[in-house]
Amino acid sequence: MTRVYVPRDAAALALGADAVVVALETEAAVRGLDLEIVRNGTRGMIWLEPLVEVETDAGRVAYGPVTAADVPGLLDAGLLECGTHPLAHGPTEEIPFLARQTRLTFARCGVTDPLSLEDYEAHGGLKGLRAAIAMTPADVVQAVTDSGLRGRGGAGFPTGIKWRTVLEAQADRKYIVCNADEGDSGTFADRMIMEGDPFVLIEGMIISGLAVEADKGFIYVRSEYPHAIEALESAIATATVRGILGPDVLGSGRAFDLEVRVGAGAYVCGEETSLLNSLEGKRGIVRSKPPLPAHEGLFGKPTVINNVISLASVPVILAEGPAAYQEYGVGRSRGTIPIQLAGNVRHGGLFEAAFGMTLGELVDDVCGGTASGRPVKAVQVGGPLGAYFPRALFDTPFDYEAFAAKDGLIGHAGVTLFDDTADMLKQARFAFEFCAVESCGKCTPCRIGSTRGVETIEKIRRGEDVAAQVELIEDLCETMKYGSLCALGGFTPYPVMSVLNHFRDEIAASPEEIPAR
Amino acid sequence: MADEQADSETARRATAIAEEHLHFEGPLLPILHAVQHELGCVPEDAIRAIAKVLNLGRAEVHGTMTFYPDYRSEPGGAHTLKLCRAEACQSMGADAVADAARAALGIDFHETTSDGALTLEPVYCLGLCACAPAAMLDHEVHGRVTAESVVALAEGASA
Repeated sequence: MTRVYVPRDAAALALGADAVVVALETEAAVRGLDLEIVRNGTRGMIWLEPLVEVETDAGRVAYGPVTAADVPGLLDAGLLECGTHPLAHGPTEEIPFLARQTRLTFARCGVTDPLSLEDYEAHGGLKGLRAAIAMTPADVVQAVTDSGLRGRGGAGFPTGIKWRTVLEAQADRKYIVCNADEGDSGTFADRMIMEGDPFVLIEGMIISGLAVEADKGFIYVRSEYPHAIEALESAIATATVRGILGPDVLGSGRAFDLEVRVGAGAYVCGEETSLLNSLEGKRGIVRSKPPLPAHEGLFGKPTVINNVISLASVPVILAEGPAAYQEYGVGRSRGTIPIQLAGNVRHGGLFEAAFGMTLGELVDDVCGGTASGRPVKAVQVGGPLGAYFPRALFDTPFDYEAFAAKDGLIGHAGVTLFDDTADMLKQARFAFEFCAVESCGKCTPCRIGSTRGVETIEKIRRGEDVAAQVELIEDLCETMKYGSLCALGGFTPYPVMSVLNHFRDEIAASPEEIPAR
Repeated sequence: MADEQADSETARRATAIAEEHLHFEGPLLPILHAVQHELGCVPEDAIRAIAKVLNLGRAEVHGTMTFYPDYRSEPGGAHTLKLCRAEACQSMGADAVADAARAALGIDFHETTSDGALTLEPVYCLGLCACAPAAMLDHEVHGRVTAESVVALAEGASA
């Protein structure tokens, strides 16, 4: 029997993975081949999806991108015996894109069957949870603090500090909430881990529950991710049956229950206080802080609210120790960051690396430039609220503080490439338009400022007194940045101002008419 | 009360669904999802019924329901085609794909074809940003769509 892997990740499905499976099954029946097809997560090399892997004596070998029509030819060429073929890439883990990575959080993603608990344990799963069970809550919190882990959702707040606040809060009930409302364009790390290794998120949440003495968790997943929802629900059911979730977590005497909740299409619910309101069954309106969710969160109770990747990074920290994790990275950005390479990209996908690589290394070496083959004009880092960086800033290292120093942000580490056909003024207009569409409406700078921003950019487009409009935009961005309640209104100025600052020659026929800032 | 006597089938179903979810912490969104899944939308009768079961004001349920783009007060088409309009897809020509789809279907975003076969919706990110532009027909995902492939997809669903 030969084991063949064909991913079940949504990106692989979007590129025809199910048809490849059907073709493999059909051909295997015709040719009398004994195949076991495993639906793994994705390795993250999306340009090679559907990536078919064959288990051989020499390890797993890769073929991709495979279409259903390629399957007979691949089998003729000896797919199951390491045959040579134009789609063959040799041993999967020697493919440079994968070989260059440091996979801690995504160690199992693409390797295992995501819904097999046996596979999960065989590849190091539950080691972190077992370690945490043997520790006091305060020691678990200390380990996470010592690891240097910061919120991977974008804000970069130290996870251990957040947990300590909740541990120290006195209440009859506490909650763990996972923010899986991954709405930023250019990001898909949360989706990939939920579909490709859901048990690691479950394990991370249970550890968080043990650490802060909470016995209930919610994963709030956006409705745009039906495959992730399905994978999580299946994994939670398995974990419950196997005593990992429930009244007696792995025989520890501690309880932890977990529920998946599905969002309803509102981007702003990725903001933590909106998300909490949404979970409570209310409009997803941002709450004023304080009180912090750590003090008064879900249903007014102390709540840990963390992004998927933050929680999914906890098991390896507990399993290998905080020092091992902390060794990676630069400055105050410790550990690894799963960078998502997206948009007009030749080699797009997920690249987990220690903090510190420069944007240029990522764009030119790892991605190999654009899909169109044209020069890279701009790179938006951090989703719709992130700045557009020109090539002149490609020496910026991936590090929270370094990006902030260049008026940008890492956010959820999405990197979206644009080639030289991109219309930067249009991108600035879109930033305002997106904010207007998605604003929850609570605060005025965001609700009204975004619409005024769209109108003002249209005036620039029409060439109406451009210098005055630019000044207005700068003023508006200042107001939105400092006057908005949350990051939606507060960070929309990042993409807008980056276009104004770095692509000024596109704003007017005669950029010299615009006074320099 | 008059409205109790005139309980519609919609109200009866919504009441039953709401009651099934009463043990949830914060049950309103799961109820709205379940009602829409079963009825295709969340009509006024359902809002009144849900409000009654949860002991909330009708306005409160209406306010929550209308905040979220996923919920609709009237049924959509038999199929829904979502086209991603966010930055990663823009960088790969999503705007042209959307224009082609709108022209071929003769409808704009948020509209349904006259035969009721297909509703076109914008979506801001499907998490398929490394194989952009992306689309989703009901729950089926598609990457690297082109104007031609997305029109074929729409026409296939309408046939």
